[in-house]
Parts: sequence; structure tokens; C-alpha cells
Amino acid sequence: MRLTLKVLVSAFLALLVLCAPIGAGATEAPTPSPGTATEEPPGEASTPPQDGPYIGVTLLNSADDGAPLPGVTLTVQSPEGQPVAEGVTGPEGRVFIPIPERGSYVVSIDPTTLPAGIQFDGSTERTVNALLDGGNFAQFQIGAEERVETPFGERLVTATLGGIKFGLIVALAALGLNLVFGTTKLTNFSHGELITFGAIATYVANRGLGLPVIYAVVAAVFAGAVFGYLQDKVLWKPLRNKGIGVIAMMIVSIGFGLFLRFIFQYTFGGSRRSLSEYGAQRRDEYLGFINLAPKELGIIVVAAVVLTVTCVALMKTRLGKAMRAVADNPALSASSGMRVDGVVRSVWILGTALTALSGALLAINSQVNFLMGFKLLLLVFAAVTLGGLGTIWGALVGSMIIGLLYEVGPLFGVPSSIKEVGALIVLILILLIRPQGILGRRERIG
Amino acid sequence: MDFMQVLTSAFSSALGPQAIVFALAAIGLNIHFGYTGLLNFGQAGFMAVGAYGLAVTVVTLEFPFWLGIAIGLMAPIVLAIVLGVPTLRLRADYLAIATIATAEILRLIFGAVEYKDVFGGTNGLNGFAGTFQDLNPYSRGIDLGIVAFRRDDLWSLTVGWILVALSCVLVWALMRSPWGRVLRSIREDEDAVRSLGKNVFFYKMQALILGGLFGGIAGIFYALKQASVVPTDYSTQFTFFAYTALLIGGAARVLGPVVGAMIFWFLMSGLGTFFGQATSGADPLIPTWAMTDVQASVVRLILVGLGLMLLMIYRPQGIFGDRKELAIDAR
Repeated sequence: MRLTLKVLVSAFLALLVLCAPIGAGATEAPTPSPGTATEEPPGEASTPPQDGPYIGVTLLNSADDGAPLPGVTLTVQSPEGQPVAEGVTGPEGRVFIPIPERGSYVVSIDPTTLPAGIQFDGSTERTVNALLDGGNFAQFQIGAEERVETPFGERLVTATLGGIKFGLIVALAALGLNLVFGTTKLTNFSHGELITFGAIATYVANRGLGLPVIYAVVAAVFAGAVFGYLQDKVLWKPLRNKGIGVIAMMIVSIGFGLFLRFIFQYTFGGSRRSLSEYGAQRRDEYLGFINLAPKELGIIVVAAVVLTVTCVALMKTRLGKAMRAVADNPALSASSGMRVDGVVRSVWILGTALTALSGALLAINSQVNFLMGFKLLLLVFAAVTLGGLGTIWGALVGSMIIGLLYEVGPLFGVPSSIKEVGALIVLILILLIRPQGILGRRERIG
Repeated sequence: MDFMQVLTSAFSSALGPQAIVFALAAIGLNIHFGYTGLLNFGQAGFMAVGAYGLAVTVVTLEFPFWLGIAIGLMAPIVLAIVLGVPTLRLRADYLAIATIATAEILRLIFGAVEYKDVFGGTNGLNGFAGTFQDLNPYSRGIDLGIVAFRRDDLWSLTVGWILVALSCVLVWALMRSPWGRVLRSIREDEDAVRSLGKNVFFYKMQALILGGLFGGIAGIFYALKQASVVPTDYSTQFTFFAYTALLIGGAARVLGPVVGAMIFWFLMSGLGTFFGQATSGADPLIPTWAMTDVQASVVRLILVGLGLMLLMIYRPQGIFGDRKELAIDAR
């Protein structure tokens, strides 16, 4: 089935560099403002005019590995619509347009001068505030739509692969959540921050200690295990011994989550940061129809192997059996001579380590931010509820379904700017139809 | 260091519109959590449907203001029914997950670029509060020495505190009625209530609707006070902060949420101003290597998290609560 559809396949990265001549800013290399999606550092071979404020624009085609777009006409207008100046991008896709004075301007791209095959859709304008003294720097990702014929099947394959990758990352975190829930009956609202912990630990080991990313991931998983041990020793075990109810523990976990999240913001800052390796990678073709970047393939393999090993271990080893026994009936396990506290501690260690791995893989996949885990938390909840709260295989099944819904949903009409909504609506629906989840047992829901 | 300024900002927040919004939302949560034992983590969603019910009716559909208020009050009731039917029969944590997810769905949809025509996208909607502002009988603001309020704020404060007072009277009256006693016994032992022939599901549903309605009123009040609705105002964090306010004052107490909201905002504003001052200037009180002025705004949020944990562990009944009355336990 070949359909002619408008697909978002390419996005332009336009760097709008605003410089006012006051201070030394015009000659300094500008630093990127935090919080913007960026793949290209500001250029160095620029020749900005020295005698007045100007607006600098760099046009790069990120669909074509950041190739510059020369010969594109840009117009600068005052907010009232009066044309001020215009310029044409040079061989590096860069143009500097002098402006008469500092103020607010609208920069627009003339779509007819774009190379063939690339069309902007709607968002060809940007309002730029050149107000500050010194070198200002702002980046905007301008959405572009290229009219190409991509077969529906191909897009489905791409989305499915993305869904599998995302589902596996969610599955690691979901397994961690379910292990803890199974043994302690705690719905842990600070679980999202444990994901962030893994990502930030990877970042610190990579950028701070200078380890290669692979070793940084190992270090992060180890740090996660230690963090899980300490959490249980300092916080959760004393609470269990105190005999605090499950709901009170849940609220404690909310407080703990807020505490961790803002500690991360305090120490790490509010910006998005990248690891030193595995940034943007070109996708290779495998088996004729699978397009994946090497890092994506790595993420899928690592996650799948770790999940398989963990699940087999939970089925076969003594500790795994003990965990399941405690999950089933803690009192009976204790009276059969098991050290329930020891088992619960191992669960915290294993669960937090798995969750840290999930965060580390997420950091490789995209970037590190203090909110990344909290944003994922509800999808993890959706996954475990769908699969069955507290069941091991349920976490895997639920996560894969949620991952696929998340990525494939937009092909079937879910607005792509809010991909989460499809997965969360499934969460509500499953509570209506089968609240114990796909693999859950009836008596669990009480 | 200007301690007068710290006190001024603390007091004006404790008496100001922010505290009113939190008090109203926490009164709703008190009915859910304090009296009935329902874990509603989606109070922000109830606020959002109230606020957007008003804004969409007036701005997008161009209907009159008072119809907007009516729709804004209806919306949380509908949301409570839609949420309650699947989840109220289940264990408490399912309601928690379902409500938090619904609040997030609503926030995402309200902010989505695809529905910009209806909900205004991330910029939200404004231009619906004209009727409210025209009703303002005050000609100028008020200056009480330590705190001063502008004319607009004074009008919001008058309306807001009257709403809070009426809500408290209503909750007080309801909770000493037989109906309120059934709610409290559901919190203590659901099965016992069921064995007495009460329909637990319907009582829980009524409690969910009533508490959600207070959430909606909080949302409408906030929208009118701000004269705009923005999706980011209705984040999950708001719900967690409202819980913190409720637990400070004491759950299952009529005045608990009100006092809790005032204390919460007194501390939030006071600490914010204190750390802001301590890190600003040429020779800051706290050296820059320990805390920058950007980090100073985060400290109070860290303290909220820590405070919520410690409260729940060491004094779950809050300031006014009675530990024996409130045996928070799993259902």
C-alpha cells in the first residue's frame, strides 16, 4: 500500500545568533542557552559585522546530516510588518543581517528559495528579541515538512522498532517497580527519580570522571545498586519496622520523589545535557528493512539480554524463589525460616539497579535532564497496571504494549505532540475492563 | 538581609490568593483523603477542568460568563463520575494511579498544539474574567502596614476567603451529619460499613464528586484571579503540594486544610525570599560556591519534599489532627 502523505521526515535547525555591539559579546563565541534542543554547536567561521546589531541565522538540514542550505532568502521585519532587511545564506548556510537597532523582529524564510523537495509548512517565521547587551544566542528548531512518498508499511516498521526500543527501556524500570511492589506492596512514586538517578550517574561518570560511556553505564548500575541498598537501610526498612501503613508509605515516597527531583535540579541544573559519545548517529540498514542507529541496536540488545537474564534468574535461583515467596506471603515465608528483610533488601538493590540501567540507556538514547524520570513515571505505572501490578512477566508484556502504543499511536491518529496520551488512556481503559491486568490474578485487586 | 521583606512576602502569600487556591483544593482533598480515605492524586485535573470549563465556554464558544461558571462547576462533577465508576471498586492505589494519569492526560490535551483552536495550546486562554473584574466594588487597594494588596487582589481575596469560609461551614455541617459518619467509617473499615447494608460505592462516589467540586472551584477561582488559564499551572506537582498543605494542617479536620495552606505559603514565600536575599548582592550571606541565586529558588522545593516525608513519618496527623481518629491504613 503506497500512500502519498505528508510526513515529518526532516527538521531544520536554524541558529539565530543575535549580537549587539555593546560589550565584548560580538566577538566571543556564544554559549547555547539551556533548554533548547540542539545538535549543532554554534559555528566558528563566522564573519559578523562589527559595527552594529545584527541577526545571524544558520540553516542546516538535520535530515541530511546537518548539511548547510545555501541560497535561501531570509527577510527581517519589524513586528508591525515593515520589512527591515533581507539576506541570502552563504555556502555554510549562514547569513548575518544587520538591523538598525535592538528590538523585536520577525525573521521569515522565503520558502520558494529552498532547494527542491523541501517545503516548510506554516512555521517559517520566528520572532526574535534582540534586546540584551552583549552576545545573545538563541536557537530554534523550525519544523519542516518534506513531501515524499513513504510507504505506510515502512513507517510502521520504523515506529514498531522505536516502540520495541522504548518498551524495553520502560520494561527495565517497570520490572524494578514491580519487584518492589510485589514484596513490599509499596506503589513507589519516587520510582521516576530512580530512573533519573541512573541517567545522572551515567552523566557524572562519563563527563565528570571521564569514563567511556559503556563503563559509565556499568558504574551507574553499580551506583543504582548501592543507592537501593542505602534507601532500604536508611528509609524503607525503619518505616516497615515502625509499622507504617502502605498508603502512608506511598505519601512518603511522593515526598522522597519531590526531594530527589529538586536535589537533582539543584545539583545538575535545569538544562538538558548530552553524554560525550553516541550523540546523533546515522541509521544503518539491517536485513533489508530494519533501519537502526548502532546505539539503538545496542540499547535493544543490552535491555533484552538483561531482562531475559533477570527473569530467568528470578525463576530459577534460590534468591529468585525467595523473592517470589515473600511476594506471595511474607508471614508464611518468615515462619518457614526465610530472612524476609534480607530478601526485601535484595529486591531494593536489584530493582534500583535495573531502574538505573533504564535511566542510563535513556540517557544514551537522548539526553539527560532532571525531569526525565518523572516524565516516564506514569508510562511505567501504565505498563505495570496493564501487565498486572506485582507480576514479573506482566511488567514485560505491559511495557512492550505501552512502548508500541507510544510510538505507533501517532500513525493511527494520536496527536504526535502528546504521544503519552494514547498509553495513558489505555491505562484507564484496562482498569475498566480488567483491573488486575493482563497477567494479574483476580484476588490481587482486593 | 532585610527580614522585614521576608516577613512581608511570607504574610502576603499566607493571606493572598495562592493560599486561597491551595485551601480550596486541599478542602476537596480533605473530603477525599481525610474523611473517606480515597487517594485522589489528580486534584490538579479537577482544577483544570473547572478552569478550562469556564475559559472554553466564554472564550472559544463565546457564551455568557455565568454560563461559563456553571459549566466550570459541572465539569469536575462529570470528571468525578467518569473516574469513579471504574476505580472506586478497586484498591486505593488504583484510584491513585488512575487519577494522576487522568490529570496528566488532561494537562497534555489542554496544552497540545493540535487543539490550539479550542484550548489555546501552551499559551492557554484569557479574556474571560472581565465580568468578574467589573464586579469589583473597591476603588483602591489596602495597606495593612506589613502587607499591602492591590485593588484587584483585594477583590479576589474577599471573594476567595468568603468561598473558603462557606466551604468550611459546609464541610463541618456535612461531616457531623449521619452522611459524614458513614464516610468516616468507610475510611476506617469498608467491609464493616458494607455489612451494615450501606452502599459503599455510592458514598465513595458522592465524596469523590464533592471533593472534586471543591477542586473545580479552586481552579475557577485561580483562573479568575489570574485572568488566564495556562496548562502548566495544573501539573501533578500542584496536587502533591496541596497534599503537603493538607497534611501540615491535619487531615480529617475542618480547618486543617485552610491553616495548612496558609502555613505552606508562609513558609514557601518566606524561604524563597530569604534564600533569594541570602544569595544576591555583591557579598552574599551564602557564598556562591555553596548556592547560586538560581539554586536558591530550588531550595524551598527540596524542603517541601523533605517536609512531606518527615510529616508523614513523625506526625501524620499534622498540627490539629487526632492520631486516633486518622488511622491511615491500606484498604
